[in-house]
Amino acid sequence: MAILIQFAIGLIFGLGLIVSGMSNPAKVLNFLDVGGIPAGTWDASLAFVMAGAVAVTFIGFRRVLKLARPSFAERFYVPTRTDIDPKIIVGPAIFGIGWGLAGFCPGPALTALGFGSTSAFIFVAAMCAGMVLARFIAQLPSSTCIVTPADPLET
Amino acid sequence: MIVTPFTPMTSLLGGALIGLSAVLLMWATGRIAGVSGIAARLFPPYEDRELAGRLAFVAGLIAAPLLVRLVTGSLPAQTIAAPTPVLIVAGLLTGFGAVWGSGCTSGHGVCGLSRLSVRSLVATITFMAAGVATVFVMRHWS
Repeated sequence: MAILIQFAIGLIFGLGLIVSGMSNPAKVLNFLDVGGIPAGTWDASLAFVMAGAVAVTFIGFRRVLKLARPSFAERFYVPTRTDIDPKIIVGPAIFGIGWGLAGFCPGPALTALGFGSTSAFIFVAAMCAGMVLARFIAQLPSSTCIVTPADPLET
Repeated sequence: MIVTPFTPMTSLLGGALIGLSAVLLMWATGRIAGVSGIAARLFPPYEDRELAGRLAFVAGLIAAPLLVRLVTGSLPAQTIAAPTPVLIVAGLLTGFGAVWGSGCTSGHGVCGLSRLSVRSLVATITFMAAGVATVFVMRHWS
């Protein structure tokens, strides 16, 4: 039952990506292209995707987190860290460069697999390799000495 | 480059669906709907027993366009302009950076900002700035 529900939740997420236009890398790149403002090619749509998503999540989380526990888990796994370490800046900086190069972030890239495009498949394969590599490096003893190990429960 | 139309209403609606999905996942599993965190944990080492649920979520993401095509008979435009070498480099950076920074557009941008997390705010501002800078260099520095 919980598995079916998580499939449905992923489906809703994917539909949101498609309906919003985020599944189209061209639209994402045109949003990031503030240099296109003078020429009128800047596409501000993604600001509306963020606004819609954050508004619903902000209200929904406040209600859900008042419950004693989730429907299919023992407890809520909400991140608790508040420190600003180098990884919270270096990671997103690297991520942002990749995002700006192709116009794909992980959600839309996975949804793009269902469009049947070869390009999406190549991107997702490389993305998974990058993820595995980052988790491997973060676990190396030398790495954990100089930086805080990633909170396994975060995001 | 291809000019894309400004779509405030459908983007707002789609965004609301993404938010609904994040709220439902928190309600069902008690976890943040961070796609990079979910995708990265499809691979070993496994820290918990949630693999089946994560596979189901990702299967749902991939099934969404199939459902759209089934219902409407077509799919909306999707233009991937980047050539293969760029796709590979971009994929590596996106995957590595998302894990290194504990989240991506969904985990930090949607869920984190909704929780008023300072870490997620720093992450979101950083990847937005990096994305803007990258596109600027690629399109306007030639």
